[in-house]
Amino acid sequence: MLWFGIKRTVKLGIKSLWMHRLRSTLTTLGIIFGVCSVIAMLAIGEGGSREAQKVIKQLGSTNLIVETVKPPEEQVNKGSVETISKYGLTYEDAESIRNTVPDVQVVVPVREIDQEARYLNRKAAIKIVGTIPWYTEISPVRLIRGRFLSSIDLHNQLPVCVIDDQVASKLFAFDDPMGLDVRIFGSYYRVVGIVSQTTHHVTTDAFGAEPPLTTQSSGGVAGNIYIPLTTAKSRFTELSATFSGGSQNVQRVELQKIIIKVASDEQVLQTRNILDALLDRLHKKQDYTIVVPLELLRQAARTRRIFSIILGSIAAISLLVGGIGIMNIMLATVSERTREIGIRRALGAKKKDIIVQFLSETLLLTLSGGILGIILGSIIPFLVTYFGRMPTVITAASLVLAFGISATVGIIFGLYPAYRAANMDPIESLRHE
Amino acid sequence: MMAVVEIEKLSKTYKIGLVQLPALRNVDLKIEQGQYIAVMGPSGSGKSTLLNLIGCLDRPTSGRYRLGGQDISQLDDDRLSLIRGKHIGFIFQSYNLIGQLNVIENIELPMFYQRFSEDESAKRARNLATMVGLADRIKHRPSELSGGEQQRVAIARSLANDPIIILADEPTGNLDSESGAEILSILDDLHQQHKTLVVVTHDENIARRAERTIHLLDGRINKQD
Repeated sequence: MLWFGIKRTVKLGIKSLWMHRLRSTLTTLGIIFGVCSVIAMLAIGEGGSREAQKVIKQLGSTNLIVETVKPPEEQVNKGSVETISKYGLTYEDAESIRNTVPDVQVVVPVREIDQEARYLNRKAAIKIVGTIPWYTEISPVRLIRGRFLSSIDLHNQLPVCVIDDQVASKLFAFDDPMGLDVRIFGSYYRVVGIVSQTTHHVTTDAFGAEPPLTTQSSGGVAGNIYIPLTTAKSRFTELSATFSGGSQNVQRVELQKIIIKVASDEQVLQTRNILDALLDRLHKKQDYTIVVPLELLRQAARTRRIFSIILGSIAAISLLVGGIGIMNIMLATVSERTREIGIRRALGAKKKDIIVQFLSETLLLTLSGGILGIILGSIIPFLVTYFGRMPTVITAASLVLAFGISATVGIIFGLYPAYRAANMDPIESLRHE
Repeated sequence: MMAVVEIEKLSKTYKIGLVQLPALRNVDLKIEQGQYIAVMGPSGSGKSTLLNLIGCLDRPTSGRYRLGGQDISQLDDDRLSLIRGKHIGFIFQSYNLIGQLNVIENIELPMFYQRFSEDESAKRARNLATMVGLADRIKHRPSELSGGEQQRVAIARSLANDPIIILADEPTGNLDSESGAEILSILDDLHQQHKTLVVVTHDENIARRAERTIHLLDGRINKQD
């Protein structure tokens, strides 16, 4: 029965809202801005958290990454007159971890050296990653052609390399790199395989925005070249020099990373503690850090939850304000149209009919505000992505949520004015001037 | 002949704060099908109260009121709305058309609340507009019509549900004599068609056209002729 007149009720509602265009528009502004901000903020938040999660997931949730960090300056120099400071992870560390930490599936030592690679007259800044064949188990590298490094390569310190697709396109352009030799630091390395650095592709969105965290290639290098760890050890010096404050510091670092993989998520935290204890015993200086992607993942989820709460409060407040504005106007409308209400009641309108009429007017206001808010709120993330170079994701759920909220606001703040209209005495209303 | 309205010992008392204000006292009244009745009396005599009670806009404090044989003295608000919408036609002194609706939509209004189908109510409203001589103005807004035309729309509207009784409160009160005469002749036509009419008026001319005149004074029926 209520549905019977819905079409005409809506028509009537549009008519009377149209009569007061400016008032209706101003009234809906609160809802428009409220909905708009909800969608825009959700999109920015979602974009950020998805990005972070993607990166963290690629680090591997069952991985633990131990990284070499430069210890605080005074610790390095204290009690040592030598100009060479030695710090960081060692081959010995990797060996100890493999031998003593339970639940460990793979231990992959990684040596990283920034170098320049050449082929014919082309050159590119690259990062040499000296590692072992099991690197593929802990990293999301995907083999495109050929093979990855093998045990034989490792055992015989062979001068072979695997390049990633970015290096391939930069260095070889239209040539097929397979079987060709790359020259690095005076030595030649034969290309035996090409991998794709999935990390880099996924995190770069359509607008070319930089991801918040880069895992592999960074510091202005074109890409990675993987060579056997033994080859790296014999051909490249572990010494590196930096200049600071007019004096030269020479450092000696054996390994930049040791990546450990355990069987399941549950073993990660336990292993982390064991690892911490072991390394603490092996290292006098705090020259390493343990990164646990799983923890980062959980932290990201926590951050996201807090963000959602804050966002929810802001949205709730702005929509509350918008709703009150609408209620205010509807109350004014009701008293302005007292006589009309009286006439309708005299002509047979039940209280329910009057409630439906005014409620549908309020709903029309909030829903059109909601739709406009959704449109505006969908445009803003694009602008943010385009100008702010931040990834944004508009989820269908946020649109449904925003629409639902504006409908709810309409019902909540429309009910009272409608109720007041319906309960006016018909005789009094008819006398109203 | 069937009695459309049967009123027995009907009283209405308004309470204003602690003061009791009797507006109608023990009124007995019977209106037969097809009668044309004028209700007269000085202001404050209870004319409007009587009309509101007959029109089911109000409930009596005591007494009995039967409309078309149905006792409606103590019905709830929804039932009263239904009876108003189905059986009663109102004509007001100040026309009381809804400004944002055009002529045809105003006439359709009572049918809208009785859930007539759109086609049927549009057709009926057009016929009624033709009947009151406004066939060529159905798309006009009330503000574009003269007073007499607006009152004719109101009459058409009062007929929309084919009511058993039509109640008019000073229908010519706001009109010049020429327009007033037009309205009165339409009312005469309705009387010819055996519609039951109750007209509250100060105007002796209207009273003369009616079959019966009821004079109210201080909430009582003073005299009938």
